[in-house]
Amino acid sequence: MSQELKTKDIYQRALLAIHKPAAYGDDVDLENFQAPLEAEHPPEITAEDQQRMLEVGITRETSQRSGTFIQVDNRPLISLTRQEGIEVMSTSQALAAYPWLEEYYWKATAVDSDKFTAHAGLNNADGYFIRALPHQKTVFPIQACLYLVREKSIQDVHNIIIAEEGSELNIITGCTTSHQKPGLHIGVSEFFIKKGARVTFTMIHHWAEETIVRPRTNVIIEDDGVYINNYINLVATRSLQTYPTADCRGKRATARFNSILVAPAGSKMDVGSRVFLNGQGSNAEVISRALTTGGEVIARGYIGGHAEDARGHLECRGLILNDGGIIYAIPELKGTLAGVDLSHEAAIGKIAEEEVEYLMARGLGRDEATSAIIHGFLKVDIEGLPENLNKQIDRVVKTSQKEHL
Amino acid sequence: MNLLEIKGLRVSIEGREILHGVDLEIGYGETKVIFGPNGSGKTTLLSTIAGFSHYRVTEGEIIFKGQDITSLPMDERARLGIGLAFQRPPVVRGVKTRELVGTIIQKRGGTEDVGSLAQKANLGNFLDRDINLGFSGGEVKRSELLQLLAQRPDLVLLDEPESGVDLENVALIGSLINELLEKTHPIKNRTKSGLIISHTGYILDYVNADSGYVMYDGKIICQGNPIEILKSIKTMGYQGCLKCLKN
Repeated sequence: MSQELKTKDIYQRALLAIHKPAAYGDDVDLENFQAPLEAEHPPEITAEDQQRMLEVGITRETSQRSGTFIQVDNRPLISLTRQEGIEVMSTSQALAAYPWLEEYYWKATAVDSDKFTAHAGLNNADGYFIRALPHQKTVFPIQACLYLVREKSIQDVHNIIIAEEGSELNIITGCTTSHQKPGLHIGVSEFFIKKGARVTFTMIHHWAEETIVRPRTNVIIEDDGVYINNYINLVATRSLQTYPTADCRGKRATARFNSILVAPAGSKMDVGSRVFLNGQGSNAEVISRALTTGGEVIARGYIGGHAEDARGHLECRGLILNDGGIIYAIPELKGTLAGVDLSHEAAIGKIAEEEVEYLMARGLGRDEATSAIIHGFLKVDIEGLPENLNKQIDRVVKTSQKEHL
Repeated sequence: MNLLEIKGLRVSIEGREILHGVDLEIGYGETKVIFGPNGSGKTTLLSTIAGFSHYRVTEGEIIFKGQDITSLPMDERARLGIGLAFQRPPVVRGVKTRELVGTIIQKRGGTEDVGSLAQKANLGNFLDRDINLGFSGGEVKRSELLQLLAQRPDLVLLDEPESGVDLENVALIGSLINELLEKTHPIKNRTKSGLIISHTGYILDYVNADSGYVMYDGKIICQGNPIEILKSIKTMGYQGCLKCLKN
């Protein structure tokens, strides 16, 4: 198929799906939001913006970063790399530079999955292109920020991440907004993890109470590839629905998903992680921690074992702190072959008085003991998380406790 | 003045009276042991001294260092100098043993190194694990004693410290308890006191107690030399204690 026909095909499929509701989550009327606009002038990043970005792990001091990408609304603003063998640019730049990228463009995620992918497709959404050349490894994390400024508008993002054979990428993506007004973020991310490559992808969301968020992430993992996904959302978000999906199609491919969610009143978070174990000996671990102080959380998890010696474990724990909070855990396992080994555990509860008193017996005050337990609950041992980010998560968890508890 | 004085203590759990008037005194530097069958109220007594909210004192009082602590929250009791080694402590997910031990030392204003303390309890490799998660019986007991080493309480409450512990570990547990109770100090210099609950009495092979009690159906029914009491229980059982009481 020629380039022109391919583009036309994507466009046609997107057009047909523009009214197609998503399989999960509340439907959203896209007409309620303004059409994306090309910014007339490059927006400036103010000190206040920088502070907001810092809250989601994006630092202005880039000496400890292998690359940086910042997109404001629909316009990529900064894309730079500081390391040989690691490429960071906008998706549009990459498509222009690399004709072969068409082989990846909308290949992990179908453009007609739902109205959100269709919207991103129809609007030629820009985003980041991050690639590690064969056997290259990021020394520091690459940071990427998706920043929503324009009120009542839709931010379309399309990211493509390629870890070539034997390479390693560590990416931190922070998504936030400059305002408390309504807005819709659509983020398509397509990951391609080649043979023996490893990608750690940490996404920290810090939206506003009126933001609607619809990330669409798909990952293809080849032989001996490893994909680690950490998702952290600790603040109110009116409506969030995401169900990132990994296809462990390679032999011994590994996918790990860790999600940490805090849902204050007024939040609705439908967050899942799905892994298809299609490669021999492939394996998955899906861990989710959800805490509600009045909001609603749907914690989904799905592992499908479809290959010899496939192994997977799913763990979902929920903590309801206030009346009115809802946690709906939906762990699913599907095995279609003898020899697959799949397991899950799910638990929803309150803070155990027994644990609080145990810590009090050591001299901790009640508030202090409760805080330590909540902090411990939310702190998943996330493999591959840089130490500085771990400290930052600690800080966010503590701030979040103060704000919402 | 005694370190601890318990007078006419009646305690209920969910409306049901478990302790029916207990009197007990522990002097500075003294160690006492309470024997009794399962369900006799031993753990209830220790838990009430520690201040668990589940245990409601309906009558009587608990005086510690001359202060009435009957209504004091348990964290304040801990800070006053009461430390409890739980028989079956809960798992606290996400809270690392290192964090807790460090916090306990810090609260006391101490400067000990967490790693060195853990070495004493042979728990050097457990510091980065969630508290009590996947610990064996012996590891749980050693972790409890490690926390008390950090806390340095004046009154050490030990609930069945040897239960579920293999022989090799009992000796280590005994030596940790002896350290907590300053058993290596000359008798007149000892300031730390202990109250040990034991179902089997094995711990007395490693830790010396000054006197012993038998608790039965929520009351203390006998008091005397701990070794003699244990010997009598071993030969005649707790039924023997009841017969003795009737006579």
